[in-house]
Amino acid sequence: MAEPLGFFTDTTVCIGCKACEVACKEWNQLPSSHGGAPTLSGDSYDNTRQLDGLHWRHVKFVEQFSPDRADGRWLLMSDVCKHCVRAGCMEVCPTGAIMRTEFDTVVIQSDVCNGCRDCIAACPFGVIGINPVSNTAQKCTLCYDRLRAGMEPACSKACPTDSINFGTIADLKKMAAARVGQLHERGEQRAYLYGADEKMLGGLNSFFLLVDKPEVYGLPPDPKMPSRNLTPSSLWSTLGAVVIGLMGIFSFRNRGATARRLEEDDVERRRTA
Amino acid sequence: MNAVGLPSTFFTDPPEWRWLIIGYFFIGGLAGGCYFLAVLIDFFGGAVDRPLARLGYFVAFPAVVVSGLLLIVDLRRPDRFWHMLIQSDTGHPMLKPYSPMSLGSWALLLFGGFAFLSFLAALEDAGVLRWPRLAMFRPPHIVGRVIGILGGILAFFVAGYTGVLLAVTNRPIWSDTTLLGLNFLISAASTSAALLILLGHRRWYWRSSVAALERFDAMVLVLELIALVALIASLGSMARVWLNAWGALLVVGVFLLGIVIPLVLQWRPNLLGERWSAPAAAVLVLVGGFLLRVVVVLSSESLGVLG
Repeated sequence: MAEPLGFFTDTTVCIGCKACEVACKEWNQLPSSHGGAPTLSGDSYDNTRQLDGLHWRHVKFVEQFSPDRADGRWLLMSDVCKHCVRAGCMEVCPTGAIMRTEFDTVVIQSDVCNGCRDCIAACPFGVIGINPVSNTAQKCTLCYDRLRAGMEPACSKACPTDSINFGTIADLKKMAAARVGQLHERGEQRAYLYGADEKMLGGLNSFFLLVDKPEVYGLPPDPKMPSRNLTPSSLWSTLGAVVIGLMGIFSFRNRGATARRLEEDDVERRRTA
Repeated sequence: MNAVGLPSTFFTDPPEWRWLIIGYFFIGGLAGGCYFLAVLIDFFGGAVDRPLARLGYFVAFPAVVVSGLLLIVDLRRPDRFWHMLIQSDTGHPMLKPYSPMSLGSWALLLFGGFAFLSFLAALEDAGVLRWPRLAMFRPPHIVGRVIGILGGILAFFVAGYTGVLLAVTNRPIWSDTTLLGLNFLISAASTSAALLILLGHRRWYWRSSVAALERFDAMVLVLELIALVALIASLGSMARVWLNAWGALLVVGVFLLGIVIPLVLQWRPNLLGERWSAPAAAVLVLVGGFLLRVVVVLSSESLGVLG
């Protein structure tokens, strides 16, 4: 296997230009929504709103303003599939459409997916959506086709501020640690890495530098694997099956004798009536 | 929206499993439950109960066919339903033992096969099909016994795995408890008994069989009541998300209409008159079982902070 590849997204230098979104759409030939008609979110300058089957990159605009708008800041973050080392989507996929590549990234094979949507419910980050053109589940492939050709993914290539960094996970981790140190030195004590270590789903191959709580960026504080519930749920159900089975046996055992008695009662009742 | 402090499950997207899936959860439960009850009657009941067992097989097979169709139609690519069973690129069987949907697809297929054989045997037993060899597919023939045991185990699986499938996600409510499989399984048993009571109560010569089924249903309803309370308790602080119309539907539709009132009617049949108590209780149990699935599925579908 080639060395694991991924993204390190430094949100502090993102300017919200959405070049990554456009580059992703162009390279992956993702159509516009609503037939290209402009639709406004109405409560934000961000009109993409979320990652889904047609948006594999999404620059989130977190607009933090005081009620009188005297004070405020923008948090901008180019969100993408996290390419989890332990991937919940891949775990539940019943068709085998979701695979791990030789670059340790997670890719949905569109020609295999049958649109059951189990992966959408399983993804801890709300990344996956149905592409209405193919009617299959889709998300960022980390430009698998470009990686195979030795090229850099379209989004990081297009990023004008190097907010999106592409490389080997080992290099990216070093770069990210240095950047956090630099920010701390300069007084931005809130800077930290989200998903860089193995505690979060074995490590996110697409990890982030944030300066506020994960929830502020729409990220789960404690993402988990769907399979955490498999064994206890199965055991409770099996216990239930045993109890119901015993109840059934209790209700119907010796029915031969009981039924005969009831029939005799019937005959007796009719005779006396 | 200030999302700080919300549980991690709120940062996920809903899979848009709606009425077709709710319908499958209900009808699939009936298929499994009716088959299990029919096998139970075949193995432990008397000769007088045979018509009731046949009725169970007559319900189970069409219900499993409808279940499969509902699941296929719900796929965004129904033409690729077979990808659940066969790897489309290699032609090898596709099975992931740790994916409830993968395992469930196989269980449904195999259960459908057993339900079909039992259905044929029941048709022969009822005199509809005049092919005596079909009798081997039902007890006491050894083949029939094997079919009954394997089919009965698969019936339980089909009735309960759907709740496990919901738990093995990251969605609010579904993945916040490990008791959905248990609740769906118990509800499948109670609704199946109710359906057989409803279909059988008018025939006086089935009276003793239906009475046994009513005793069974009463016990299962008590178990269901306990399991539902345990489900809500297991959600802990997440149960707050049911402090709305869904919670009201759960209390009124599932608890009261679906469990408490049927239990009262079975305990005091004179309240509605003997003629109406059993069918009324059965209808309410079926409605309650359906509403349980409606509340569990749709209340989670509407939760989340993304988008």
